[in-house]
Amino acid sequence: MGVNSYRTLAAERSVIVCCGTGGVGKTTTAAATAMAAAAMGRRAVVVTIDPAKRLADALGIAALSNDPTIIEGPWNGTLAALMLDTKETFDDVVRHHSTSDKQVEQILANRFYRNISETLSGTQDYMAVEKLAELHASGEWDLVVVDTPPTRDALAFLEAPKLLTRLLDNPIYKLLISPSQGLLRAVNRAAGAVVRQLSQVVGAEVVDDAIEFFQLFQGMEDGFRERAETTLALLSADPTAFVLVASPRADTLAEAKFFLDRLGQADLDAAAVIVNRMLPALTVSTARASEIRDELLDTPSAGAATALADHAAAAAGDEERVGELLESAPDALVVRVPLLTSDVHDVETLQQIADLLLAAND
Amino acid sequence: MAGKGGVGKTTASATLALAAAQTGRSVLLVEVAGRSATAPMFGTEPQGYEETTVYDEADGGSVQIRSITPDAALVEWLSSHGFARIAKRMAKSGLLEIVATATPGIKDLLVLGRVKALESQSEADLIIVDAPASGHAIQFLQAPAGVKEAARTGVLNRQAVEVLEMLEDPSRCRAILVSIPEETPINELTETAFAVEDEVGLALGPVVINGILPPIDDLTANETELSPAEYHDLAMAAALRRSRLDLQATQLARLQQELPLAQIRLPQLFTTAIGPDELHVLAQAAVTSIEALEEWA
Repeated sequence: MGVNSYRTLAAERSVIVCCGTGGVGKTTTAAATAMAAAAMGRRAVVVTIDPAKRLADALGIAALSNDPTIIEGPWNGTLAALMLDTKETFDDVVRHHSTSDKQVEQILANRFYRNISETLSGTQDYMAVEKLAELHASGEWDLVVVDTPPTRDALAFLEAPKLLTRLLDNPIYKLLISPSQGLLRAVNRAAGAVVRQLSQVVGAEVVDDAIEFFQLFQGMEDGFRERAETTLALLSADPTAFVLVASPRADTLAEAKFFLDRLGQADLDAAAVIVNRMLPALTVSTARASEIRDELLDTPSAGAATALADHAAAAAGDEERVGELLESAPDALVVRVPLLTSDVHDVETLQQIADLLLAAND
Repeated sequence: MAGKGGVGKTTASATLALAAAQTGRSVLLVEVAGRSATAPMFGTEPQGYEETTVYDEADGGSVQIRSITPDAALVEWLSSHGFARIAKRMAKSGLLEIVATATPGIKDLLVLGRVKALESQSEADLIIVDAPASGHAIQFLQAPAGVKEAARTGVLNRQAVEVLEMLEDPSRCRAILVSIPEETPINELTETAFAVEDEVGLALGPVVINGILPPIDDLTANETELSPAEYHDLAMAAALRRSRLDLQATQLARLQQELPLAQIRLPQLFTTAIGPDELHVLAQAAVTSIEALEEWA
C-alpha cells in the first residue's frame, strides 16, 4: 500500500498516525501534515499530546481541551488542533457507554477508575485512539492526524483500545462480580482467599475499590468491547496510514527500527518514514572533505575546512544509519527534513515544513 | 539520570559510569526500560537481566550493568511477601495487572526498592540508574510518595518510606538531568529540574549537556584552490556551523541564567555509533569537565 508522494497521502487518507520515540519532532510533523492537507482544501484536525509550550501557543491550543480549536491561516481548507485531555476523554467514554447517570457518578468517583483514567500507563494511548475514532466518526473532518505519546513500545498504541477489555477478560473479574452464584461459590471461596491475602499486602481499601469498580462496570462491557474492535479495525483499514517520525541520532534510530518492525508484524501500513534533522547533503565525499581539511590546515580557511570535514563525517554517519532503518520499510515513502537552526514554534515555520512534505515524492 | 527523549540520556549514563570506573570506582549501571541499550557502547551484547561486567580495570575500577523491569520487580516482591507460590500464576492470570492498577506507582516503587536493596547489598561504590524519559521520570520518582499516601500501613508502606529516605538524602542520592543545547530540550530540562527538587524532594547534581559542538573561532571560507562545488560546500558547512554555534551559545547562556547548576559538557562526536572508543572519548571529556567544576572536583 505504498504511496508515491506525501501529497497523495495527505490528500487521500482519512487517518494519519504519527508514531516514533520522543524528541524527534513528532508533534511538529503531525501539525505540518494536517496543515498540508488543509492547504489542499481538506478539513484537517490534529490531535496533539503534550506539545512543547511555544508550539502549543502558536497553534492557539495552550490549554487541554476536548474540542478542536480552529487555526486561522492562508489555507483553502480548515485546520484545527486540540491538546488531548486524557481524563476528560475517558470520562466522556464512560458517559457514552453508561446505562444510567447514577452509574456514571459512581464510576467517576471510584478510586480504581481514577487510577485507570489518570495514572495508568497506556491510558494516554488509549484515549488518543478514542479521540481519533470519535473525530473520524463525526464526519466533520476529512483527515484526522494524531500525534502519539512517546513510548518505547509501538504496540502500546496498537493495544491501547484493549486496555480495559483486557482487565474485563480477567477470570478474577467474573468471580468478583458474581459473589453468590451457586456453582461459583466454591471457586469464589478460593478467590476470596486470594483477595484477603492481597488485602494484607496492598491494603483492604485498595482491593475494595477494585471490586466496586468491576461491579459498577456491569452493563458497560459490551459497549467497550465493540468500541475496541471498531477502533482496531479502523487502525488497520485502508484509509489509515502510519507515519514513522525519526531523527538520525543513533539511539533514536534503533528505537525507530524497532517500531517499524512492530508495525510490520501487526500488518499495519507504515506508509511513510520522515527523518527530521538531516544535515544538508554535500557534493564532496567524506574522504575529499578530510583532504580539504588537511590542505587548508595553515590557511585562513582552516576553521571552515574543519567544519566541512565534521559535516561530511556526520552526514555520512546519518545516511548510513538511516539506510539501515529503511531496510525495515522497503515500500515506505522516505522524506528527509533538513536540520533547522531554530526550534519550530510558529505557523510560518510549520508551513515551511508542510511545503517540504508536500514536495516529497519517490 | 533523567532527560527528555532523544537527548542521549543513556549515552550520558554510560559515559559517567565509565568515567567513574576510570577513577577507580566500581560502578553498577541500572537500566529500567527493558533491553540493555548500554551494552553495545561497552562493546558487548545485551545480556538479559543478569548482572554483567562490561568494563574491568586492573587497579579496581569496573562497570557492571543490569536491567530491572517493573514486572519482574513486582513478581519478585510478591514472591517475598507471602505470594511465593502464586506470584507467577498471578502474572499469567492478569491479576497482577489488577494489583498494579489498584495501586498506581507500585511497579515504579518496587524498581526503586530494588535499587535501594542493591545499594545496601552490593559492593558497588556508585549506582547509576538510567531513568525513564522526562515526563515519566517525574512519575517514576513520585511513585514512592504516592504509594506511601495510598497504603498507610503494612509492608508496602515500609518499602515506600525506605525508598523515600534514600531519595531525600543528598549524601546517598542525586538526580542528574541530561539535555542538549537547544531551545525545547533546555526548557524541559529547567522544568524537570524544578519538579525533581520541589515535587520529589530529590537533590540535584550537576546537569549533563550532551552534543556540544566544538567551537571554531574563525569560520572564514576562502575560495583558494577549490573547485566551485567544493567551495560551495565549504561555505555552506562554515555558515551552518556558525549559526549552530551561535544557537548553542545562546541556549547555554540562557540555561546558566535559568538554572544555576554546574554543567558537565560532553562533545558532539561526528561518528556513526557510540562504541567503546567513542565512550572513552566521552568519558575523558566528562572527567575534564568535572575537574573544572570547583564544587564537584
